[in-house]
Amino acid sequence: MAAERKTKLSKNLLRMKFMQRGLDSETKKQLEEEEKKIISEEHWYLDLPELKEKESFIIEEQSFLLCEDLLYGRMSFRGFNPEVEKLMLQMNAKHKAEEVEDETVELDVSDEEMARRYETLVGTIGKKFARKRDHANYEEDENGDITPIKAKKMFLMPQD
Amino acid sequence: MAEPASVAAESLAGSRARAARTVLGQVVLPGEELLLPEQEDAEGPGGAVERPLSLNAGARSRVRVVCGPGLRRCGDRLLVTKCGRLRHKEPGSGSGGGVYWVDSQQKRYVPVKGDHVIGIVTAKSGDIFKVDVGGSEPASLSYLSFEGATKRNRPNVQVGDLIYGQFVVANKDMEPEMVCIDSCGRANGMGVIGQDGLLFKVTLGLIRKLLAPDCEIIQEVGKLYPLEIVFGMNGRIWVKAKTIQQTLILANILEACEHMTSDQRKQIFSRLAES
Repeated sequence: MAAERKTKLSKNLLRMKFMQRGLDSETKKQLEEEEKKIISEEHWYLDLPELKEKESFIIEEQSFLLCEDLLYGRMSFRGFNPEVEKLMLQMNAKHKAEEVEDETVELDVSDEEMARRYETLVGTIGKKFARKRDHANYEEDENGDITPIKAKKMFLMPQD
Repeated sequence: MAEPASVAAESLAGSRARAARTVLGQVVLPGEELLLPEQEDAEGPGGAVERPLSLNAGARSRVRVVCGPGLRRCGDRLLVTKCGRLRHKEPGSGSGGGVYWVDSQQKRYVPVKGDHVIGIVTAKSGDIFKVDVGGSEPASLSYLSFEGATKRNRPNVQVGDLIYGQFVVANKDMEPEMVCIDSCGRANGMGVIGQDGLLFKVTLGLIRKLLAPDCEIIQEVGKLYPLEIVFGMNGRIWVKAKTIQQTLILANILEACEHMTSDQRKQIFSRLAES
């Protein structure tokens, strides 16, 4: 019967993707290697002895910037061009000190203050768009901060 | 001048490679080979010097050496290609070996990547400007390589303007390309150089001498009167002062100071300061 004898499938068929999903990883690797062998035999190559590339420890550079520490090319003296004078300080200082410290921006308003204001912002903007009846929701605190009352007046079903 | 030349001639006649360390500050001629410090032990004067035997003779720790302008790599040695004095700079931090280079003098500029130069716009073709930098070809400068330039917002550059920029591409196989912004997109003083002023040409060695950190000439010049100078590594200097006479005096001083001794210079400056 057909089930007793395994039908001989061609190699091309076996190499197709849907036939390989059931294979183990090992068999897959073997198949790949065989493929590579077939491909590499067809490839042309130069029949030269392998030249080991010497690791060169000498780097060639044609630039003078590495050799000599040169100052910045634009200069201005005695206030002739204030922007250039600022640039001079910047570039020459950058050149001397390799690390430039990040200037911490001074805060006009502290973080806590900002957080408090953002909390109340919801209330103040909300008040602007609230109708006259809802103004009662926005009561003022002792500090003058407006805290919105979260409980909204909903329609209550009559109990009877 | 006769003494170092004769020493160099002797070494050439012997045609043996000298150690780079021993030649520092002396005149070297093209064609000489220089040995790096690790190699001179092996090739020292034939066996006369006793060397302590090292356990691992094969493995030598190789240090990265940079060969700068005027030198080329020739196997494991340095080959001199320009005549001048050999200089060396110790590595500041990290990777060792230092830099060797030849301090030579020339007037002809060869574009080098990273150099800041003054160029003259010669042509405007489509989206790029052709800028003459004194090399074998004009460099190309795209109109987008200015700070804040977009396709709608084009920079105001005309033919004949002076540009201070740096090279991004500069090798013997391709046309040099320059830009007027740095890698962050900021101008940092590059771009079109302002109105008036005077552009003149000097030797490349003088530019490097004037841009050295401790240059007395620049410090003295700065004390004379308010002025502005731009140095281009291609040998071009642009100066501007309040009056034409002051500008011309400044140009003459900078051109002449190459060949003056420091005494002569001080005389001239004192005479100027009086007038």
